[in-house]
Amino acid sequence: MQQSRRVVVTGLGVVAPNANNTQEFVKALREGRSGIRHFSKLADLGFACQVGGIPEGALEAAKAKFSEDLLFSMNEAITYAMLAALEAFTDAGLKALPADAESPMEDTGAIIGTGIGGLDTFSEKVYPGVAQKRIKRLGSSVVEQIMGSGPSARIGGYFGLGNQVFSNSSACNTGTEALIMGYQRIQQGLANRMLVGGTEGSDPHTWAGFDAMRVLNKNHNDRPEEASRPLSDSAGGFIPGSGSGVLVVEELETALKRGAKIYAEILGGTINSGGMRAGGSMTAPSPKGVQRCIRETLLQAGISPDQIDYINGHLTATMADPLEIRNWSEALERGPGRFPVINSTKSMIGHALGAAGAIEAVATLLQLHHGFVHPSLNCGDFHSEIKGFETHVPKTSRDFPISIAAKASFGFGDVNSCVIFKKWE
Amino acid sequence: MEQNEIYTNVVRIISKHAKNEEALKSLNTETHIINDLQVNSARLVDIVLDFEDTFNLEISDDDADKISTIGDAVKLVKELMH
Repeated sequence: MQQSRRVVVTGLGVVAPNANNTQEFVKALREGRSGIRHFSKLADLGFACQVGGIPEGALEAAKAKFSEDLLFSMNEAITYAMLAALEAFTDAGLKALPADAESPMEDTGAIIGTGIGGLDTFSEKVYPGVAQKRIKRLGSSVVEQIMGSGPSARIGGYFGLGNQVFSNSSACNTGTEALIMGYQRIQQGLANRMLVGGTEGSDPHTWAGFDAMRVLNKNHNDRPEEASRPLSDSAGGFIPGSGSGVLVVEELETALKRGAKIYAEILGGTINSGGMRAGGSMTAPSPKGVQRCIRETLLQAGISPDQIDYINGHLTATMADPLEIRNWSEALERGPGRFPVINSTKSMIGHALGAAGAIEAVATLLQLHHGFVHPSLNCGDFHSEIKGFETHVPKTSRDFPISIAAKASFGFGDVNSCVIFKKWE
Repeated sequence: MEQNEIYTNVVRIISKHAKNEEALKSLNTETHIINDLQVNSARLVDIVLDFEDTFNLEISDDDADKISTIGDAVKLVKELMH
């Protein structure tokens, strides 16, 4: 069998509730700085959960980076994606093609997904315009903002990408799925380089349905920084977040040839579904599906479970946290005492839905690159069902060399993804 | 509204969507909105909406289709305002 092409990560970009770029993000992760805030707008609207994670100052920063015409055509989620993509592309040592270039970059594409996407465009423009029978007043830019492929289309055009330009959507699995899809495309020889990731806005209409489902924590409105409590006994649901993470993934030889900085090699990546059978449902992951996803990734990576140093968990602060720990433990055949270090980036930034996996993949790679693990906040009252694993969860930031890291995401629809990175040395 | 003021506002509105920044430096009534300024043709819809708001008038689709140059826009706005 022909050996598949090797794929590495050469660029990172992020917009998160506690940081507007990777430099700030490393600092925020090291300091364990929460980006969760109280929003009076949520209180006024009658939300039970009145806290959330919204990038601070990112939309202002975009005004200095993008033209008036571009800003006019971008909603919140697309703006975050563009900021993260620009940082990742620049970090990878790459530049957008000039507008008058004769042809696009044929070997480079983008898979930038979103879980829910442009509801701000819908609520602020489309719905009132149609309700008031003022269709003409919608103008020309609502379609490109509400179409599912809005984020990838905008990014593809900005940089001049000539390979596949696509937006995936698999709920909270979206960001990690995009990363794996880009990796697979390069492995198969269909592209040499892909911008991959996810993005999500913070419009209350996006968060309202989750509040109605009672899956958001309503018990810490007066203590926002304590509200996102993955792995704790007092976890009362997740905290909604927003932002974007984008990575440049690249075929190894292509990256080496141009002397690119390499963060890590992607050793394996699996996307699957539990099929809403064997304990799985629209909202709950089937343990069998999750474990199969992790095991298949290990097989692809050709490593033993003991080689995993660090896991960036999905860990949202719902009742699924203990289940996730047990799934990792069974799939890796590593019980308490032998378990890898694991933390939840959501403890600082909340759950950024379709962007979560991508932002957390960036967090994973920054920890791997800089040799540390960030604290998992607010789990002082560690979940009693998984007490044995507590020593494997950092409560404070510490230096920690990581050679191999695993990242997984799970989403509504019983969909899963798992990816394994190896530090490039 | 004076002709000069109309011209200035028309240029301001169109310039927001211009991709050719060089062409913005040498504007005149003959400057073609799409060919010279490289405004995306879809944005003509938004430019016309902006004219309507700025000059407090209504522009029909047929009239909007007649706009190719900055001069066309200024002429149309002037006609509709009187």
